[in-house]
Amino acid sequence: MAEDLPTPSASPPPAANTACGTCVFNNAAQLRALGVDVSGHDHVVALAGNPNTGKSTVFNALTGLRQHVGNWPGKTVTGAEGGFGYRQRHYKLIDLPGTYSLLSDSQDEDVARDFLLFGQPDVTVVVVDATRLQRNLNLVLQILQVTGRVVVALNLVDEAHRHGLALDQRHLARELGVPVVPMTARNRQGLDTLLEAIEQVALGTVATRARRVRHGDDRTEHAVSELAARLRRDHPGLANTRWIALRLLEGDPGIERAVTDGTLDRLSGATPHAVSSETTGT
Amino acid sequence: MASTATTLDRLRRDQTATVTSVNIHGPQRRRLMDLGMLPGTRIHIDRVSPLGDPTAYLVRGSVIALRREQARGIHITVEQE
Repeated sequence: MAEDLPTPSASPPPAANTACGTCVFNNAAQLRALGVDVSGHDHVVALAGNPNTGKSTVFNALTGLRQHVGNWPGKTVTGAEGGFGYRQRHYKLIDLPGTYSLLSDSQDEDVARDFLLFGQPDVTVVVVDATRLQRNLNLVLQILQVTGRVVVALNLVDEAHRHGLALDQRHLARELGVPVVPMTARNRQGLDTLLEAIEQVALGTVATRARRVRHGDDRTEHAVSELAARLRRDHPGLANTRWIALRLLEGDPGIERAVTDGTLDRLSGATPHAVSSETTGT
Repeated sequence: MASTATTLDRLRRDQTATVTSVNIHGPQRRRLMDLGMLPGTRIHIDRVSPLGDPTAYLVRGSVIALRREQARGIHITVEQE
């Protein structure tokens, strides 16, 4: 039925066997799993989320790799990398360790935090467990404070429905200000919509308006701005100085250490996207 | 509905409570809040270890195990049935 449809893409996807497989409206058919091949990527995509929400399942579905999937915390300790192609573009995908928070001080959570803050991925996909949405939204909100280029993958919707939960993803997307994609990664359901959302955020064809948390009074605001300005002066090129300033005001020991031991200098000099390998090397 | 203010370590198995404040400081406070233990959170006992410590609580659809001394720092109001 789609054989004589015009194909708008410059390089058509690998031919599939059925008419539907070659249809331009079939987004999933435009996915090319590239395994460990991350050469010449156009965009870097990070996969973040609470432990045991299906990040590695999404990772494997997109890259065709068999990154170890298991339901215990701490399984993914450093970020696994893989590649995939969608339409005309190549993406490098990084599977970050599960984390409940960007504010904690444990080693594997630091890997995720440092990459999200300083690796500056083009798109961050936050995989959330639809059956435990309240708890998962804590991390989503924290990530929205440091980047607006976010897609929320609302995973495990099949289980949520089995538990009698109804999900209003449009409302959620409106509240968060970023795309929300319901999916069941295990059955590859929703993968096409996820790919579409990743592309739109990567290319900037959809405008995200990340929900920002307002921080208290004018005095706090003043202190944060002043401290952030100093950080920018002392560490040119450093990303997310407002976030760091807030942590310093809180007295976060991990961040204080990063300021005094030169970690911030290294992060400000680091090439974007290269933070995870650097932190594990030192 | 009447309610009684107490701390989490005194919650009984058949009761449900609401967290009113987390009187714990430092990284542990951060951790508990990241796990969803916030003022206004409803909580009840999921199961108790043989010696009564730690105890597992059901919080926002997840199970969190706490030591008695941690539970003592969490202020709650118990719902009366």
